[in-house]
Amino acid sequence: MLDAFLIALQTILTPTHLMYLCGGVFLGLLIGIFPGLGGIAGLSLLLPFLYGMDPISALAMLIGLVAVIPTSDTFTSVLMGIPGSSGSQATVLDGFPLSKKGQAARALSAAFASSLFGGLFGAIILTLFVLIARPVILAFGSAELFMLTLLGLSMVGVLAGNSLVKGLSACGLGLCLGSLGGAPATGEYRMVFDNGYLMDGIPLVVVGLGIFALPEIIDLLRQNRSISEASELGSGWFEGVKDVVKNKWLATRCAAIGCVVGALPGLGGSVVDWISYGHAVQTSKDTENFGKGDIRGVIAPESSNNAKEGGGLIPTLLFGIPGSGSMAVFLGGMVLIGLEPGPAMITTDLDVTYTIVWSLALANVIGAGACLLISKWVAKVTTIPYTLMAPFMVMVIFFAAFQATRDLGDLVALIGIGILGVLMKRFGWPRPAFLIGFVLASGMETYLYQAIQFDGIEFLLKPGVIIIGVLTALSIFFAARHSIKAAKKEKANKNTANAEVKPTNLKPQIAFSAFVSLVFAYGLYDSFQRSFLGGVFPAVVCSFMLILSLVVLIKLLLNKVDDAVNYDNEVSAGYENDSSVTGLWHYVFWLCGLLVGCFLVGYVISIGLFFITFLLIKARISIVRTLTLTTCALAFLLTLAHFMVLDLPTGYLQEVASFTAL
Amino acid sequence: MNIKLSTFTPNRLKALLVVLAASSGLSSVYANADEVNFEGERVEWVVPFKEGGGSDTWARFFGPRFSQHLNGKPVVVVKNIPGGGSTKGANRFERRAKPNGLNVFSTSASTQIPYLLGDSRVKYNVKRWNVIMATPTGAVVYVRPELGIKSAAELTKLQGQKLKFGSQRAASMDLVGLLAFDMLDLDIHAIFGMKGRGSARLSFERGEVDIDFQTTSAYLKKVQPLVDEGKAIPLMSFGVLNKDGVIVRDPTFPDLPHVGEVYEMIHGEKPTGVEYNVWKTFFIAGFAAQKGLFLPQGTPDDVIESWRSAAQRVIDQDNFKEESELVLGEYPQLIHEDAVNTLSSALTISETDKEWVRQYLNDNYNTRF
Repeated sequence: MLDAFLIALQTILTPTHLMYLCGGVFLGLLIGIFPGLGGIAGLSLLLPFLYGMDPISALAMLIGLVAVIPTSDTFTSVLMGIPGSSGSQATVLDGFPLSKKGQAARALSAAFASSLFGGLFGAIILTLFVLIARPVILAFGSAELFMLTLLGLSMVGVLAGNSLVKGLSACGLGLCLGSLGGAPATGEYRMVFDNGYLMDGIPLVVVGLGIFALPEIIDLLRQNRSISEASELGSGWFEGVKDVVKNKWLATRCAAIGCVVGALPGLGGSVVDWISYGHAVQTSKDTENFGKGDIRGVIAPESSNNAKEGGGLIPTLLFGIPGSGSMAVFLGGMVLIGLEPGPAMITTDLDVTYTIVWSLALANVIGAGACLLISKWVAKVTTIPYTLMAPFMVMVIFFAAFQATRDLGDLVALIGIGILGVLMKRFGWPRPAFLIGFVLASGMETYLYQAIQFDGIEFLLKPGVIIIGVLTALSIFFAARHSIKAAKKEKANKNTANAEVKPTNLKPQIAFSAFVSLVFAYGLYDSFQRSFLGGVFPAVVCSFMLILSLVVLIKLLLNKVDDAVNYDNEVSAGYENDSSVTGLWHYVFWLCGLLVGCFLVGYVISIGLFFITFLLIKARISIVRTLTLTTCALAFLLTLAHFMVLDLPTGYLQEVASFTAL
Repeated sequence: MNIKLSTFTPNRLKALLVVLAASSGLSSVYANADEVNFEGERVEWVVPFKEGGGSDTWARFFGPRFSQHLNGKPVVVVKNIPGGGSTKGANRFERRAKPNGLNVFSTSASTQIPYLLGDSRVKYNVKRWNVIMATPTGAVVYVRPELGIKSAAELTKLQGQKLKFGSQRAASMDLVGLLAFDMLDLDIHAIFGMKGRGSARLSFERGEVDIDFQTTSAYLKKVQPLVDEGKAIPLMSFGVLNKDGVIVRDPTFPDLPHVGEVYEMIHGEKPTGVEYNVWKTFFIAGFAAQKGLFLPQGTPDDVIESWRSAAQRVIDQDNFKEESELVLGEYPQLIHEDAVNTLSSALTISETDKEWVRQYLNDNYNTRF
């Protein structure tokens, strides 16, 4: 092992290797900063270069590229609340509120410092873990993976917000949406209304963008301000690094979680950041700031998501089974270079494995380090008036959503989920719980079904299952303690008589929770149209959730103003009586207009028109500036699309044009 | 946003592209003068799958090589349109591709099998497209040593015993395996929802399933080591299609009987009948012509010929064999008439056979069409 390690070290430190690694890192950062592109588009750019390069340099470049995807994602997550990939969704929860408080620089530097630390610490763990990884991965069968989804689900407890029933129902909505599409056991299509787009299920990136990014954009536009509330940005740069040092044990634990959970094929990648976020909340004494801008909510997911990429290498190298989209790309690249994954990677080719692991760590240091250095300046973006920023952000979000499956359906789903997100935000249905449900739905169903098929119900007696079961129970225990504490605090606040204003007109809330109940009722109806194996999972989820959502509905119907289920942001945030705040639906209509435009004349033309009208009417800037900004944005977009061979959504107009051209 | 975007100038991309274009045309065998000249053009190669998978790697392996050998050295770019198990990309190709030699499409078993089954999502007609090249593969069936058999000759010992088999979906290339097991009177308990053949293999290694099959290259690299350790017992190959359209022993596995031979061992007669016919059709579509490269319907002959000659030059290039082994396996690439003939038998199914297989999937695996 030691000589393999030394050979690897020698390889890594050669100037050519370092040069190619840096090349990959900077290419990755440039591309990755644009949400929705990430490593996959980077690979298409890189592949032609791989030919004629010697394998080691090609590999270095590939690693550089893959390593920084979860790093560069952080910019848009923290600064704009746009999660570019599944790895940065939990970062949005506290990162974006920090930006709103004017602490973007602090949040960014904490995020990058944690990424750097997580990447390095992850590599140390991997160096040893890789030797025993094979039996560990083989020990995680369907039964254990199913239990792991339950552990992930238990995090809903701490993310549920004020009302547990609402939290669980929100999670149920996610589960329901996640089980849309082909059933794992039979391939039957569920809840798809014969729609080709829905058959594949809705992509996670689209859901993440819709549920988090769009509601925030709309909220900020309504208030008509810049992202940062504070007129002056504290530098905060050093503070962020100090925060990480202060929370070094949290970062260490989360890096370890990221590394190990990320190594489990079939599940790891998408839940890691939620598990570490939940872990941060559970192990903290004072939790009221989570979700409102607690720096630990940034440190936890960020230190785990870079370690996760390292973990994801393990099944890719040892079994040839990629754990995530970027690892699939990495695997494809490896095969093209002429490297074959397999058991040899921990015996005769151990030095190659170590070269990969430590190149990844080094790439993390370079990438996160570079981001750390520039974060102070980039943070200034949060002081720009939002009406100027908004068209760019809408452009980016639509573009990113469309890259998910390159179908106009992506945009429809984006707006649909965006509206759901707006309503959930308004009525206090926790969106993270929804997302966790969505992320876990398909894994949960598949692994439960497979576990029962493989071992029967006795799968519950496997030692691994019992261990994870105990962890889950502990997690629920901490969650319960957390919510009891929160309730006590609430009571204390109430006694001191500064309780927040409770809405008295419950009609809008009633309408929304009736809608939620109807969704579950439909899900239940739909699952009865399927065969037993195809419908049993959604049937169980929907009937349980139907009961919970009816509890919410009945409480509201009984006009229980003081109950925790009663929440309406329009009242609590004081929007209702504030004439400077635009109506809730106003900007939803703007976005719908853009969507209709995409269908009619395609994305490029309609985003151009959107820019012009929006900048003239909303930002009220001169025609010259409007046209300049619009031209810049479109030129950038078209160049990008051309060189990266990306399709942009085309509409009715282009369809007609291409027919007449024939 | 605009601050950040400025760091990502189009100029850098342009610079990249210049290098990209330059690197793709270093040296090559010269094309004939009467071939269509693609100089300065950009070929869009549509892959109906996500980046990183087998079909994507296949296309990205061939892309630069065609770029080098097509007359005029056009830039070849790969464009991924995933969705609907490749039917989405295929439908779009059928609808939008221009017959000018600049739009090509690569299919795989997952494009051909739904076409044969008459899946409602299929709005394309592969048969009317023009095939340039096809890549065959084989497959090997293996079982856990715990079952106590050493070769296919002992398969009858397993009759009446439930054998667990991991699969993605019944209506996929796994159908070839399922039909073969059925013909050999094996009692299979199929467990679906695997992410692909790789996940099924992992389940096998975990001891969750009893029987599995892998395509040749995956078998050689990932299962052979298990066989050497005594953790897997190979039973049979699916065989290969010879020039006369007959299935014979796979030369990569000369010691393993093919499915037809095993059928004879068990039933004492050569395989015949609807089920074997159906199996053969799906075997060809799923394995003997697993991946194919196509030009759209209505492409002029000179364009097709230019592509076919380029394919010939790609394959004839020195060290093609060594370079291709990892990506393509050991089988010779099919071009010209060989590709046309194999594809034609892969994509032809009689109405009775089609009815039979749809009924079979419906009765056994709840598959609705």
